[in-house]
Amino acid sequence: MLAFILKRIILLLPVLLLVSIISFTLFYLSPGDPAEILLTGPQGPPDPAAVQEFRERAGFNDPAYVQYLRWLTKACHGDLGYSYTSGERVSDAVLDSFVPTLKLSLISLIISLLISIPLGILSAVRKGSLIDGLGMVLALLGISVPGFWLAYLLIILLALQLDVLPVAGYGQNGDLQHMILPAVTLGASAAAVTSRMMRSSMLEALQQDYITAARARGLSERSVVLRHALRNALLPVITVIGLNFTYLLNGSAVVETVFAWPGIGNLMTYSIYDRDYPMILGCMLFLAMLFLALNLMVDICYYYINPRTRHESGD
Amino acid sequence: MNLGTNSEFGTRLAALVVLGLVLPALLAGQIAPHDPEKARPELRLKSPCLDYPLGTDQLGRCIFSRIVFGMRVSLFIGLAVVLLSAMMGIILGGAAGYFGGVLDEAIMRVVDAFLAFPSIFLALAVIGFLGSGLTNLLFSLILVEWTGYARLMRSGVLALRGKEFLEAATGLGASNLYIMRRHILPNVLPSLLVMATLGMGNAILGAASLSFLGLGIQPPTPEWGAMMNDARPFIRAFPLMMIFPGIAITVSVLAFNLLGEAIRIRLDPRSEMRNES
Repeated sequence: MLAFILKRIILLLPVLLLVSIISFTLFYLSPGDPAEILLTGPQGPPDPAAVQEFRERAGFNDPAYVQYLRWLTKACHGDLGYSYTSGERVSDAVLDSFVPTLKLSLISLIISLLISIPLGILSAVRKGSLIDGLGMVLALLGISVPGFWLAYLLIILLALQLDVLPVAGYGQNGDLQHMILPAVTLGASAAAVTSRMMRSSMLEALQQDYITAARARGLSERSVVLRHALRNALLPVITVIGLNFTYLLNGSAVVETVFAWPGIGNLMTYSIYDRDYPMILGCMLFLAMLFLALNLMVDICYYYINPRTRHESGD
Repeated sequence: MNLGTNSEFGTRLAALVVLGLVLPALLAGQIAPHDPEKARPELRLKSPCLDYPLGTDQLGRCIFSRIVFGMRVSLFIGLAVVLLSAMMGIILGGAAGYFGGVLDEAIMRVVDAFLAFPSIFLALAVIGFLGSGLTNLLFSLILVEWTGYARLMRSGVLALRGKEFLEAATGLGASNLYIMRRHILPNVLPSLLVMATLGMGNAILGAASLSFLGLGIQPPTPEWGAMMNDARPFIRAFPLMMIFPGIAITVSVLAFNLLGEAIRIRLDPRSEMRNES
Protein backbone atom coordinates (compact mmCIF):
# COMPACT_ATOMS: atom_id res chain seq x y z
CA MET A 1 0.00 0.00 0.00
CA LEU A 2 2.66 2.48 1.06
CA ALA A 3 4.88 1.46 -1.83
CA PHE A 4 1.99 2.05 -4.20
CA ILE A 5 1.34 5.55 -2.85
CA LEU A 6 5.04 6.41 -2.95
CA LYS A 7 5.30 5.21 -6.53
CA ARG A 8 2.36 7.34 -7.53
CA ILE A 9 3.79 10.42 -5.87
CA ILE A 10 7.17 9.95 -7.53
CA LEU A 11 5.43 9.63 -10.90
CA LEU A 12 3.67 12.92 -10.17
CA LEU A 13 6.86 14.91 -9.68
CA PRO A 14 7.79 15.37 -13.37
CA VAL A 15 4.16 16.27 -14.11
CA LEU A 16 4.21 18.91 -11.36
CA LEU A 17 7.43 20.33 -12.75
CA LEU A 18 5.88 20.53 -16.24
CA VAL A 19 2.74 22.13 -14.81
CA SER A 20 4.90 24.84 -13.24
CA ILE A 21 6.83 25.34 -16.50
CA ILE A 22 3.64 25.67 -18.57
CA SER A 23 2.15 28.12 -16.07
CA PHE A 24 5.28 30.23 -15.80
CA THR A 25 5.77 30.29 -19.57
CA LEU A 26 2.29 31.74 -20.06
CA PHE A 27 2.94 34.25 -17.28
CA TYR A 28 6.27 35.19 -18.83
CA LEU A 29 4.69 35.66 -22.29
CA SER A 30 2.03 38.05 -20.99
CA PRO A 31 2.25 41.53 -22.47
CA GLY A 32 2.93 44.53 -20.29
CA ASP A 33 5.82 45.24 -17.98
CA PRO A 34 5.22 44.12 -14.39
CA ALA A 35 7.59 46.81 -13.11
CA GLU A 36 5.60 49.48 -14.87
CA ILE A 37 2.28 48.07 -13.62
CA LEU A 38 3.56 47.91 -10.05
CA LEU A 39 4.99 51.42 -10.06
CA THR A 40 2.00 53.06 -11.75
CA GLY A 41 0.19 54.94 -9.04
CA PRO A 42 -2.65 57.44 -8.97
CA GLN A 43 -0.21 60.16 -10.10
CA GLY A 44 0.14 58.59 -13.56
CA PRO A 45 2.87 56.67 -15.39
CA PRO A 46 6.10 56.19 -13.45
CA ASP A 47 9.51 57.67 -14.16
CA PRO A 48 11.35 55.47 -16.74
CA ALA A 49 14.54 55.58 -14.70
CA ALA A 50 12.71 54.33 -11.63
CA VAL A 51 11.17 51.54 -13.69
CA GLN A 52 14.60 50.53 -14.95
CA GLU A 53 16.03 50.56 -11.46
CA PHE A 54 13.11 48.52 -10.12
CA ARG A 55 13.48 45.98 -12.93
CA GLU A 56 17.13 45.53 -12.04
CA ARG A 57 16.45 45.27 -8.32
CA ALA A 58 13.48 42.87 -8.64
CA GLY A 59 15.35 40.70 -11.12
CA PHE A 60 13.04 41.29 -14.10
CA ASN A 61 16.10 41.72 -16.32
CA ASP A 62 17.44 38.26 -15.55
CA PRO A 63 17.14 35.52 -18.17
CA ALA A 64 13.81 33.66 -18.19
CA TYR A 65 15.14 30.48 -16.59
CA VAL A 66 16.67 32.39 -13.67
CA GLN A 67 13.33 34.10 -13.07
CA TYR A 68 11.57 30.76 -13.33
CA LEU A 69 13.85 29.08 -10.80
CA ARG A 70 13.51 32.01 -8.40
CA TRP A 71 9.72 31.89 -8.73
CA LEU A 72 9.67 28.09 -8.34
CA THR A 73 11.78 28.20 -5.17
CA LYS A 74 9.39 30.73 -3.67
CA ALA A 75 6.32 28.81 -4.85
CA CYS A 76 7.65 25.66 -3.19
CA HIS A 77 7.72 27.61 0.08
CA GLY A 78 4.11 28.66 -0.43
CA ASP A 79 4.97 32.19 -1.55
CA LEU A 80 3.10 32.97 -4.76
CA GLY A 81 3.79 36.68 -4.70
CA TYR A 82 1.41 39.61 -4.30
CA SER A 83 -1.62 40.78 -6.23
CA TYR A 84 -0.97 43.64 -8.65
CA THR A 85 -4.27 45.28 -7.77
CA SER A 86 -4.96 44.75 -4.07
CA GLY A 87 -1.44 44.00 -2.84
CA GLU A 88 -2.85 40.99 -1.00
CA ARG A 89 -0.80 37.79 -0.74
CA VAL A 90 -1.84 35.57 -3.67
CA SER A 91 -1.74 32.40 -1.59
CA ASP A 92 -4.12 33.91 1.00
CA ALA A 93 -6.55 35.15 -1.64
CA VAL A 94 -6.59 31.80 -3.43
CA LEU A 95 -7.14 29.81 -0.25
CA ASP A 96 -9.83 32.24 0.95
CA SER A 97 -11.71 31.91 -2.32
CA PHE A 98 -11.42 28.15 -2.27
CA VAL A 99 -13.62 27.83 0.84
CA PRO A 100 -16.81 29.04 -0.90
CA THR A 101 -15.97 26.93 -3.96
CA LEU A 102 -15.52 23.83 -1.83
CA LYS A 103 -18.81 24.53 -0.03
CA LEU A 104 -20.65 24.92 -3.31
CA SER A 105 -18.97 21.86 -4.81
CA LEU A 106 -19.94 19.62 -1.90
CA ILE A 107 -23.61 20.60 -2.09
CA SER A 108 -23.54 20.21 -5.89
CA LEU A 109 -21.88 16.84 -5.52
CA ILE A 110 -24.65 15.65 -3.21
CA ILE A 111 -27.29 16.91 -5.64
CA SER A 112 -25.61 15.24 -8.59
CA LEU A 113 -25.19 11.90 -6.79
CA LEU A 114 -28.80 11.97 -5.60
CA ILE A 115 -29.88 12.30 -9.22
CA SER A 116 -27.30 10.17 -11.00
CA ILE A 117 -27.09 7.03 -8.88
CA PRO A 118 -30.82 6.18 -8.80
CA LEU A 119 -31.23 7.24 -12.42
CA GLY A 120 -28.26 5.13 -13.49
CA ILE A 121 -29.50 2.06 -11.62
CA LEU A 122 -33.02 2.37 -13.01
CA SER A 123 -31.72 2.92 -16.55
CA ALA A 124 -29.60 -0.22 -16.33
CA VAL A 125 -32.23 -2.45 -14.72
CA ARG A 126 -34.92 -1.29 -17.12
CA LYS A 127 -32.64 -1.09 -20.14
CA GLY A 128 -34.49 0.10 -23.23
CA SER A 129 -37.48 1.33 -21.23
CA LEU A 130 -38.97 4.81 -21.11
CA ILE A 131 -36.89 5.78 -18.09
CA ASP A 132 -33.71 4.60 -19.84
CA GLY A 133 -34.61 6.74 -22.85
CA LEU A 134 -35.37 9.67 -20.58
CA GLY A 135 -32.02 9.20 -18.85
CA MET A 136 -30.30 9.20 -22.23
CA VAL A 137 -32.02 12.42 -23.30
CA LEU A 138 -31.22 14.09 -19.98
CA ALA A 139 -27.59 12.99 -20.20
CA LEU A 140 -27.22 14.32 -23.74
CA LEU A 141 -28.92 17.57 -22.77
CA GLY A 142 -26.75 17.82 -19.68
CA ILE A 143 -23.53 17.81 -21.66
CA SER A 144 -24.95 20.13 -24.33
CA VAL A 145 -26.62 22.87 -22.29
CA PRO A 146 -24.20 25.65 -21.39
CA GLY A 147 -24.03 26.01 -17.60
CA PHE A 148 -24.41 29.78 -17.74
CA TRP A 149 -27.61 29.44 -19.76
CA LEU A 150 -29.11 26.94 -17.33
CA ALA A 151 -28.11 29.35 -14.57
CA TYR A 152 -30.04 32.19 -16.19
CA LEU A 153 -33.05 29.97 -16.91
CA LEU A 154 -33.19 29.15 -13.20
CA ILE A 155 -32.73 32.81 -12.29
CA ILE A 156 -35.50 33.90 -14.65
CA LEU A 157 -37.89 31.22 -13.41
CA LEU A 158 -37.19 30.96 -9.69
CA ALA A 159 -35.69 34.30 -8.75
CA LEU A 160 -37.44 36.75 -11.08
CA GLN A 161 -40.81 35.17 -11.98
CA LEU A 162 -41.61 33.24 -8.81
CA ASP A 163 -39.36 35.32 -6.54
CA VAL A 164 -38.65 32.44 -4.15
CA LEU A 165 -34.83 32.55 -4.20
CA PRO A 166 -32.23 35.32 -4.31
CA VAL A 167 -30.83 36.17 -7.76
CA ALA A 168 -27.17 36.06 -6.76
CA GLY A 169 -24.69 36.74 -4.01
CA TYR A 170 -23.09 35.00 -1.05
CA GLY A 171 -25.67 36.07 1.54
CA GLN A 172 -24.84 35.55 5.19
CA ASN A 173 -21.56 33.70 4.78
CA GLY A 174 -22.91 31.49 2.02
CA ASP A 175 -26.26 30.38 3.40
CA LEU A 176 -28.34 27.64 1.83
CA GLN A 177 -30.78 30.05 0.17
CA HIS A 178 -28.04 31.65 -1.88
CA MET A 179 -26.46 28.31 -2.57
CA ILE A 180 -29.45 26.48 -4.08
CA LEU A 181 -29.44 27.98 -7.57
CA PRO A 182 -25.70 27.69 -8.29
CA ALA A 183 -25.59 24.23 -6.72
CA VAL A 184 -28.50 22.95 -8.79
CA THR A 185 -26.95 24.42 -11.95
CA LEU A 186 -23.63 22.70 -11.32
CA GLY A 187 -25.12 19.49 -9.92
CA ALA A 188 -27.48 18.96 -12.84
CA SER A 189 -24.78 19.02 -15.50
CA ALA A 190 -22.46 16.80 -13.46
CA ALA A 191 -25.33 14.34 -12.92
CA ALA A 192 -25.80 14.02 -16.67
CA VAL A 193 -22.39 12.46 -17.15
CA THR A 194 -22.29 10.36 -14.03
CA SER A 195 -25.73 8.81 -14.47
CA ARG A 196 -24.51 7.29 -17.73
CA MET A 197 -21.36 6.01 -16.01
CA MET A 198 -23.46 4.51 -13.25
CA ARG A 199 -25.66 2.87 -15.88
CA SER A 200 -22.78 1.22 -17.78
CA SER A 201 -21.15 0.07 -14.57
CA MET A 202 -24.47 -1.41 -13.39
CA LEU A 203 -25.04 -3.09 -16.76
CA GLU A 204 -21.63 -4.68 -16.57
CA ALA A 205 -22.23 -5.90 -13.04
CA LEU A 206 -25.60 -7.39 -14.02
CA GLN A 207 -23.94 -9.54 -16.68
CA GLN A 208 -21.54 -11.25 -14.29
CA ASP A 209 -21.83 -14.93 -13.45
CA TYR A 210 -22.53 -14.29 -9.77
CA ILE A 211 -25.69 -12.47 -10.76
CA THR A 212 -26.87 -15.48 -12.74
CA ALA A 213 -25.96 -17.59 -9.72
CA ALA A 214 -27.93 -15.33 -7.41
CA ARG A 215 -30.92 -15.47 -9.71
CA ALA A 216 -30.61 -19.26 -9.95
CA ARG A 217 -30.75 -19.46 -6.17
CA GLY A 218 -34.14 -17.83 -6.46
CA LEU A 219 -33.32 -14.51 -4.84
CA SER A 220 -35.75 -11.71 -5.48
CA GLU A 221 -34.86 -9.29 -8.26
CA ARG A 222 -34.68 -6.51 -5.70
CA SER A 223 -32.08 -8.37 -3.69
CA VAL A 224 -30.13 -9.33 -6.81
CA VAL A 225 -29.95 -5.73 -7.98
CA LEU A 226 -29.45 -3.93 -4.71
CA ARG A 227 -27.36 -6.40 -2.72
CA HIS A 228 -25.33 -8.18 -5.35
CA ALA A 229 -25.01 -6.00 -8.41
CA LEU A 230 -25.02 -2.57 -6.80
CA ARG A 231 -22.16 -3.32 -4.44
CA ASN A 232 -19.87 -4.09 -7.34
CA ALA A 233 -21.30 -1.44 -9.58
CA LEU A 234 -20.61 1.20 -6.93
CA LEU A 235 -16.87 0.59 -7.16
CA PRO A 236 -16.41 2.88 -10.14
CA VAL A 237 -18.53 5.48 -8.34
CA ILE A 238 -15.37 6.56 -6.54
CA THR A 239 -14.01 7.47 -9.93
CA VAL A 240 -17.37 9.07 -10.58
CA ILE A 241 -17.02 11.28 -7.52
CA GLY A 242 -13.57 12.32 -8.64
CA LEU A 243 -14.86 13.01 -12.13
CA ASN A 244 -17.79 14.90 -10.67
CA PHE A 245 -15.47 17.22 -8.80
CA THR A 246 -13.62 17.84 -12.04
CA TYR A 247 -16.89 18.78 -13.67
CA LEU A 248 -17.99 20.94 -10.78
CA LEU A 249 -14.71 22.85 -10.64
CA ASN A 250 -14.79 23.36 -14.40
CA GLY A 251 -18.34 24.65 -14.25
CA SER A 252 -17.56 26.92 -11.32
CA ALA A 253 -15.59 29.36 -13.50
CA VAL A 254 -18.68 30.58 -15.29
CA VAL A 255 -21.42 29.70 -12.80
CA GLU A 256 -19.71 31.47 -9.91
CA THR A 257 -19.36 34.57 -12.03
CA VAL A 258 -23.08 34.51 -12.92
CA PHE A 259 -24.14 34.11 -9.28
CA ALA A 260 -21.47 36.44 -7.87
CA TRP A 261 -20.34 33.55 -5.66
CA PRO A 262 -16.96 34.58 -4.21
CA GLY A 263 -15.14 31.36 -5.13
CA ILE A 264 -12.02 30.58 -7.09
CA GLY A 265 -13.82 30.72 -10.46
CA ASN A 266 -14.97 34.22 -9.66
CA LEU A 267 -11.48 35.19 -8.46
CA MET A 268 -9.96 33.86 -11.68
CA THR A 269 -12.40 35.76 -13.92
CA TYR A 270 -11.98 39.06 -12.11
CA SER A 271 -8.20 38.68 -11.98
CA ILE A 272 -8.29 38.34 -15.76
CA TYR A 273 -10.42 41.48 -16.09
CA ASP A 274 -7.91 43.32 -13.86
CA ARG A 275 -4.83 41.84 -15.58
CA ASP A 276 -3.71 40.67 -12.17
CA TYR A 277 -1.17 38.20 -13.54
CA PRO A 278 0.27 36.84 -10.26
CA MET A 279 -3.27 36.04 -9.13
CA ILE A 280 -4.08 34.20 -12.38
CA LEU A 281 -0.86 32.25 -12.02
CA GLY A 282 -1.70 31.42 -8.41
CA CYS A 283 -5.20 30.17 -9.26
CA MET A 284 -3.85 28.10 -12.13
CA LEU A 285 -1.16 26.44 -10.06
CA PHE A 286 -3.48 25.80 -7.13
CA LEU A 287 -6.16 24.19 -9.30
CA ALA A 288 -3.67 21.96 -11.10
CA MET A 289 -2.25 20.76 -7.78
CA LEU A 290 -5.76 20.21 -6.47
CA PHE A 291 -6.63 18.16 -9.54
CA LEU A 292 -3.53 16.02 -9.30
CA ALA A 293 -4.12 15.44 -5.59
CA LEU A 294 -7.74 14.53 -6.31
CA ASN A 295 -6.73 12.00 -8.94
CA LEU A 296 -4.16 10.55 -6.59
CA MET A 297 -6.80 10.17 -3.89
CA VAL A 298 -9.17 8.45 -6.31
CA ASP A 299 -6.41 6.06 -7.32
CA ILE A 300 -5.57 5.27 -3.72
CA CYS A 301 -9.22 4.71 -2.77
CA TYR A 302 -9.68 2.50 -5.76
CA TYR A 303 -6.60 0.52 -4.91
CA TYR A 304 -7.73 0.16 -1.33
CA ILE A 305 -11.27 -0.95 -2.13
CA ASN A 306 -10.69 -3.10 -5.20
CA PRO A 307 -8.16 -5.86 -4.49
CA ARG A 308 -7.93 -6.76 -8.17
CA THR A 309 -5.96 -3.63 -9.05
CA ARG A 310 -3.26 -4.58 -6.54
CA HIS A 311 -1.98 -7.36 -8.73
CA GLU A 312 -1.97 -5.26 -11.84
CA SER A 313 0.04 -2.48 -10.25
CA GLY A 314 2.35 -4.91 -8.52
CA ASP A 315 4.44 -5.54 -11.59
CA MET B 1 -34.63 8.53 -29.26
CA ASN B 2 -33.05 5.20 -28.44
CA LEU B 3 -29.86 5.26 -30.44
CA GLY B 4 -28.79 1.84 -29.24
CA THR B 5 -31.50 -0.16 -30.93
CA ASN B 6 -31.80 1.98 -34.00
CA SER B 7 -28.43 3.40 -34.87
CA GLU B 8 -29.26 3.83 -38.55
CA PHE B 9 -32.08 6.18 -37.67
CA GLY B 10 -29.96 7.91 -35.03
CA THR B 11 -27.13 8.64 -37.44
CA ARG B 12 -29.50 9.96 -40.10
CA LEU B 13 -31.34 12.16 -37.63
CA ALA B 14 -28.13 13.60 -36.20
CA ALA B 15 -26.65 14.14 -39.65
CA LEU B 16 -29.83 15.92 -40.67
CA VAL B 17 -29.66 18.24 -37.66
CA VAL B 18 -26.00 19.00 -38.33
CA LEU B 19 -26.88 19.75 -41.95
CA GLY B 20 -29.62 22.00 -40.60
CA LEU B 21 -26.86 23.94 -38.84
CA VAL B 22 -24.37 24.06 -41.69
CA LEU B 23 -26.84 25.32 -44.30
CA PRO B 24 -27.92 28.46 -42.43
CA ALA B 25 -24.25 29.17 -41.72
CA LEU B 26 -23.42 29.02 -45.44
CA LEU B 27 -26.53 30.90 -46.53
CA ALA B 28 -26.56 33.36 -43.61
CA GLY B 29 -26.62 36.33 -45.97
CA GLN B 30 -29.74 35.01 -47.73
CA ILE B 31 -31.61 33.84 -44.63
CA ALA B 32 -31.04 36.71 -42.22
CA PRO B 33 -33.59 39.48 -42.79
CA HIS B 34 -31.31 42.24 -41.47
CA ASP B 35 -27.67 43.23 -41.18
CA PRO B 36 -26.52 41.55 -37.93
CA GLU B 37 -24.26 44.44 -36.95
CA LYS B 38 -26.42 47.40 -37.92
CA ALA B 39 -27.63 49.27 -34.85
CA ARG B 40 -31.00 51.05 -34.87
CA PRO B 41 -31.24 52.66 -31.44
CA GLU B 42 -34.86 53.68 -32.02
CA LEU B 43 -35.82 49.99 -32.23
CA ARG B 44 -33.99 48.74 -29.14
CA LEU B 45 -35.27 45.78 -27.06
CA LYS B 46 -38.28 45.13 -29.27
CA SER B 47 -40.31 41.98 -28.59
CA PRO B 48 -40.57 39.43 -31.41
CA CYS B 49 -42.72 40.60 -34.31
CA LEU B 50 -43.10 39.81 -38.02
CA ASP B 51 -40.24 42.03 -39.11
CA TYR B 52 -37.93 40.96 -36.25
CA PRO B 53 -38.82 37.29 -35.58
CA LEU B 54 -36.83 37.12 -32.32
CA GLY B 55 -36.92 40.80 -31.41
CA THR B 56 -34.03 43.24 -31.18
CA ASP B 57 -31.16 43.67 -28.71
CA GLN B 58 -30.00 46.65 -26.65
CA LEU B 59 -28.70 48.44 -29.77
CA GLY B 60 -31.73 47.62 -31.92
CA ARG B 61 -29.97 44.85 -33.86
CA CYS B 62 -32.05 41.95 -35.17
CA ILE B 63 -31.53 39.00 -32.79
CA PHE B 64 -32.58 36.43 -35.39
CA SER B 65 -30.04 37.70 -37.92
CA ARG B 66 -27.36 37.72 -35.24
CA ILE B 67 -28.11 34.12 -34.30
CA VAL B 68 -27.96 33.02 -37.96
CA PHE B 69 -24.64 34.76 -38.50
CA GLY B 70 -23.47 33.47 -35.10
CA MET B 71 -23.77 29.95 -36.50
CA ARG B 72 -21.05 30.87 -38.97
CA VAL B 73 -18.74 32.07 -36.20
CA SER B 74 -19.35 29.01 -34.03
CA LEU B 75 -18.87 26.53 -36.86
CA PHE B 76 -15.69 28.26 -37.92
CA ILE B 77 -14.29 28.14 -34.38
CA GLY B 78 -15.34 24.51 -33.99
CA LEU B 79 -13.75 23.44 -37.27
CA ALA B 80 -10.55 25.36 -36.70
CA VAL B 81 -10.11 24.04 -33.16
CA VAL B 82 -10.90 20.46 -34.14
CA LEU B 83 -8.61 20.43 -37.18
CA LEU B 84 -5.65 22.09 -35.50
CA SER B 85 -5.88 20.22 -32.21
CA ALA B 86 -6.37 16.90 -34.00
CA MET B 87 -3.32 17.61 -36.15
CA MET B 88 -1.22 18.48 -33.12
CA GLY B 89 -2.46 15.46 -31.18
CA ILE B 90 -2.04 13.04 -34.08
CA ILE B 91 1.54 14.11 -34.76
CA LEU B 92 2.68 14.15 -31.14
CA GLY B 93 0.69 11.11 -30.00
CA GLY B 94 1.70 9.19 -33.13
CA ALA B 95 5.37 9.98 -32.59
CA ALA B 96 5.10 8.98 -28.92
CA GLY B 97 3.54 5.62 -29.72
CA TYR B 98 5.65 4.88 -32.78
CA PHE B 99 9.10 5.74 -31.49
CA GLY B 100 8.48 4.91 -27.83
CA GLY B 101 11.26 5.27 -25.27
CA VAL B 102 12.31 8.66 -23.98
CA LEU B 103 10.29 10.55 -26.59
CA ASP B 104 7.13 8.70 -25.57
CA GLU B 105 7.83 9.34 -21.91
CA ALA B 106 8.48 13.05 -22.53
CA ILE B 107 5.43 13.65 -24.71
CA MET B 108 3.07 11.76 -22.44
CA ARG B 109 4.25 13.63 -19.34
CA VAL B 110 3.48 16.89 -21.17
CA VAL B 111 0.03 15.50 -21.96
CA ASP B 112 -0.43 14.64 -18.27
CA ALA B 113 0.63 18.15 -17.29
CA PHE B 114 -1.94 19.73 -19.63
CA LEU B 115 -4.59 17.38 -18.31
CA ALA B 116 -3.77 18.47 -14.77
CA PHE B 117 -5.46 21.83 -15.37
CA PRO B 118 -9.24 21.96 -15.26
CA SER B 119 -9.95 22.58 -18.95
CA ILE B 120 -11.90 25.83 -18.79
CA PHE B 121 -9.37 27.28 -16.33
CA LEU B 122 -6.51 26.43 -18.68
CA ALA B 123 -8.32 28.24 -21.50
CA LEU B 124 -9.08 31.15 -19.17
CA ALA B 125 -5.45 31.39 -18.06
CA VAL B 126 -4.17 31.42 -21.63
CA ILE B 127 -6.53 34.26 -22.48
CA GLY B 128 -5.82 35.96 -19.16
CA PHE B 129 -2.11 36.09 -19.88
CA LEU B 130 -2.12 36.59 -23.64
CA GLY B 131 -5.27 38.68 -24.09
CA SER B 132 -8.67 38.07 -25.68
CA GLY B 133 -9.53 37.92 -29.39
CA LEU B 134 -10.04 35.26 -32.01
CA THR B 135 -6.43 33.99 -32.29
CA ASN B 136 -5.94 33.58 -28.57
CA LEU B 137 -9.39 32.04 -28.22
CA LEU B 138 -8.49 29.40 -30.80
CA PHE B 139 -5.07 28.87 -29.24
CA SER B 140 -6.53 28.41 -25.77
CA LEU B 141 -9.12 25.87 -26.96
CA ILE B 142 -6.51 23.95 -28.97
CA LEU B 143 -4.31 23.66 -25.87
CA VAL B 144 -7.30 22.16 -24.05
CA GLU B 145 -8.36 19.75 -26.81
CA TRP B 146 -5.15 18.33 -28.28
CA THR B 147 -4.41 15.97 -25.38
CA GLY B 148 -7.39 13.75 -26.18
CA TYR B 149 -6.22 13.14 -29.74
CA ALA B 150 -2.65 12.53 -28.60
CA ARG B 151 -3.73 9.85 -26.13
CA LEU B 152 -6.05 8.22 -28.64
CA MET B 153 -3.44 8.21 -31.39
CA ARG B 154 -0.77 6.83 -29.09
CA SER B 155 -2.89 3.95 -27.85
CA GLY B 156 -3.95 3.25 -31.44
CA VAL B 157 -0.33 3.02 -32.54
CA LEU B 158 0.62 0.86 -29.56
CA ALA B 159 -2.19 -1.57 -30.36
CA LEU B 160 -0.81 -1.96 -33.89
CA ARG B 161 2.87 -2.18 -33.01
CA GLY B 162 4.39 -5.53 -33.92
CA LYS B 163 1.55 -6.48 -36.28
CA GLU B 164 2.71 -8.43 -39.33
CA PHE B 165 1.54 -5.94 -41.92
CA LEU B 166 3.69 -3.25 -40.34
CA GLU B 167 6.72 -5.52 -40.31
CA ALA B 168 6.04 -6.37 -43.93
CA ALA B 169 5.92 -2.68 -44.80
CA THR B 170 9.18 -2.06 -42.95
CA GLY B 171 10.71 -5.04 -44.72
CA LEU B 172 9.73 -3.59 -48.06
CA GLY B 173 11.65 -0.48 -47.14
CA ALA B 174 8.78 1.87 -46.34
CA SER B 175 9.77 4.98 -44.42
CA ASN B 176 8.42 5.72 -40.94
CA LEU B 177 6.34 8.59 -42.23
CA TYR B 178 4.86 6.43 -45.00
CA ILE B 179 3.95 3.67 -42.56
CA MET B 180 2.31 6.14 -40.21
CA ARG B 181 0.35 7.83 -42.98
CA ARG B 182 -0.69 4.79 -45.00
CA HIS B 183 -0.95 2.00 -42.45
CA ILE B 184 -1.47 3.40 -38.98
CA LEU B 185 -3.63 6.48 -39.51
CA PRO B 186 -6.40 4.66 -41.45
CA ASN B 187 -6.67 2.18 -38.60
CA VAL B 188 -7.11 4.86 -35.95
CA LEU B 189 -9.26 7.12 -38.11
CA PRO B 190 -12.70 5.87 -37.01
CA SER B 191 -12.04 6.63 -33.34
CA LEU B 192 -10.51 9.96 -34.30
CA LEU B 193 -13.65 10.78 -36.25
CA VAL B 194 -15.84 10.17 -33.20
CA MET B 195 -13.58 12.31 -31.04
CA ALA B 196 -13.54 15.09 -33.64
CA THR B 197 -17.34 15.15 -33.90
CA LEU B 198 -17.71 15.38 -30.13
CA GLY B 199 -14.87 17.91 -30.17
CA MET B 200 -16.93 20.23 -32.39
CA GLY B 201 -19.53 20.44 -29.63
CA ASN B 202 -16.87 20.99 -26.97
CA ALA B 203 -15.20 23.76 -28.93
CA ILE B 204 -18.49 25.57 -29.60
CA LEU B 205 -19.41 25.32 -25.93
CA GLY B 206 -15.97 26.45 -24.79
CA ALA B 207 -15.91 29.41 -27.15
CA ALA B 208 -19.40 30.45 -26.04
CA SER B 209 -18.42 30.23 -22.36
CA LEU B 210 -15.35 32.38 -22.84
CA SER B 211 -17.22 34.89 -25.00
CA PHE B 212 -19.96 35.00 -22.39
CA LEU B 213 -17.32 36.11 -19.88
CA GLY B 214 -16.27 38.80 -22.37
CA LEU B 215 -12.97 37.03 -22.99
CA GLY B 216 -13.58 35.46 -26.39
CA ILE B 217 -15.12 36.93 -29.52
CA GLN B 218 -15.50 40.67 -29.04
CA PRO B 219 -18.53 42.79 -30.00
CA PRO B 220 -19.95 43.70 -32.44
CA THR B 221 -19.27 40.28 -34.05
CA PRO B 222 -22.39 38.16 -33.57
CA GLU B 223 -21.38 35.29 -31.30
CA TRP B 224 -23.89 33.44 -29.13
CA GLY B 225 -21.95 33.59 -25.87
CA ALA B 226 -21.18 37.27 -26.40
CA MET B 227 -24.87 37.91 -27.18
CA MET B 228 -25.80 36.36 -23.84
CA ASN B 229 -23.23 38.55 -22.14
CA ASP B 230 -24.94 41.57 -23.76
CA ALA B 231 -28.26 40.32 -22.40
CA ARG B 232 -27.16 40.25 -18.75
CA PRO B 233 -28.29 43.80 -17.81
CA PHE B 234 -31.70 43.20 -19.43
CA ILE B 235 -32.47 39.88 -17.77
CA ARG B 236 -35.44 41.39 -15.95
CA ALA B 237 -36.80 43.58 -18.72
CA PHE B 238 -36.24 41.28 -21.70
CA PRO B 239 -35.32 37.71 -20.70
CA LEU B 240 -35.91 36.40 -24.25
CA MET B 241 -32.68 38.10 -25.30
CA MET B 242 -30.87 35.67 -22.98
CA ILE B 243 -32.99 32.65 -23.87
CA PHE B 244 -32.69 32.62 -27.69
CA PRO B 245 -28.89 32.44 -28.07
CA GLY B 246 -28.82 29.74 -25.40
CA ILE B 247 -31.21 27.63 -27.46
CA ALA B 248 -28.91 28.05 -30.46
CA ILE B 249 -25.88 26.87 -28.46
CA THR B 250 -27.75 23.92 -26.95
CA VAL B 251 -29.17 22.74 -30.28
CA SER B 252 -25.84 22.88 -32.09
CA VAL B 253 -23.81 21.25 -29.33
CA LEU B 254 -26.52 18.61 -28.94
CA ALA B 255 -26.46 17.91 -32.68
CA PHE B 256 -22.72 17.24 -32.68
CA ASN B 257 -22.94 15.13 -29.54
CA LEU B 258 -25.74 13.07 -31.08
CA LEU B 259 -23.83 12.62 -34.30
CA GLY B 260 -20.65 11.61 -32.47
CA GLU B 261 -22.55 9.14 -30.33
CA ALA B 262 -24.33 7.71 -33.37
CA ILE B 263 -21.08 7.28 -35.30
CA ARG B 264 -19.49 5.61 -32.31
CA ILE B 265 -22.28 3.08 -31.97
CA ARG B 266 -22.25 2.37 -35.69
CA LEU B 267 -18.51 1.79 -35.76
CA ASP B 268 -18.53 -0.36 -32.66
CA PRO B 269 -21.97 -1.70 -31.75
CA ARG B 270 -20.58 -3.31 -28.61
CA SER B 271 -19.65 0.07 -27.16
CA GLU B 272 -23.30 0.63 -26.33
CA MET B 273 -23.08 -2.25 -23.91
CA ARG B 274 -19.78 -1.28 -22.42
CA ASN B 275 -18.53 2.04 -21.25
CA GLU B 276 -20.00 5.03 -22.90
CA SER B 277 -19.24 7.96 -20.71
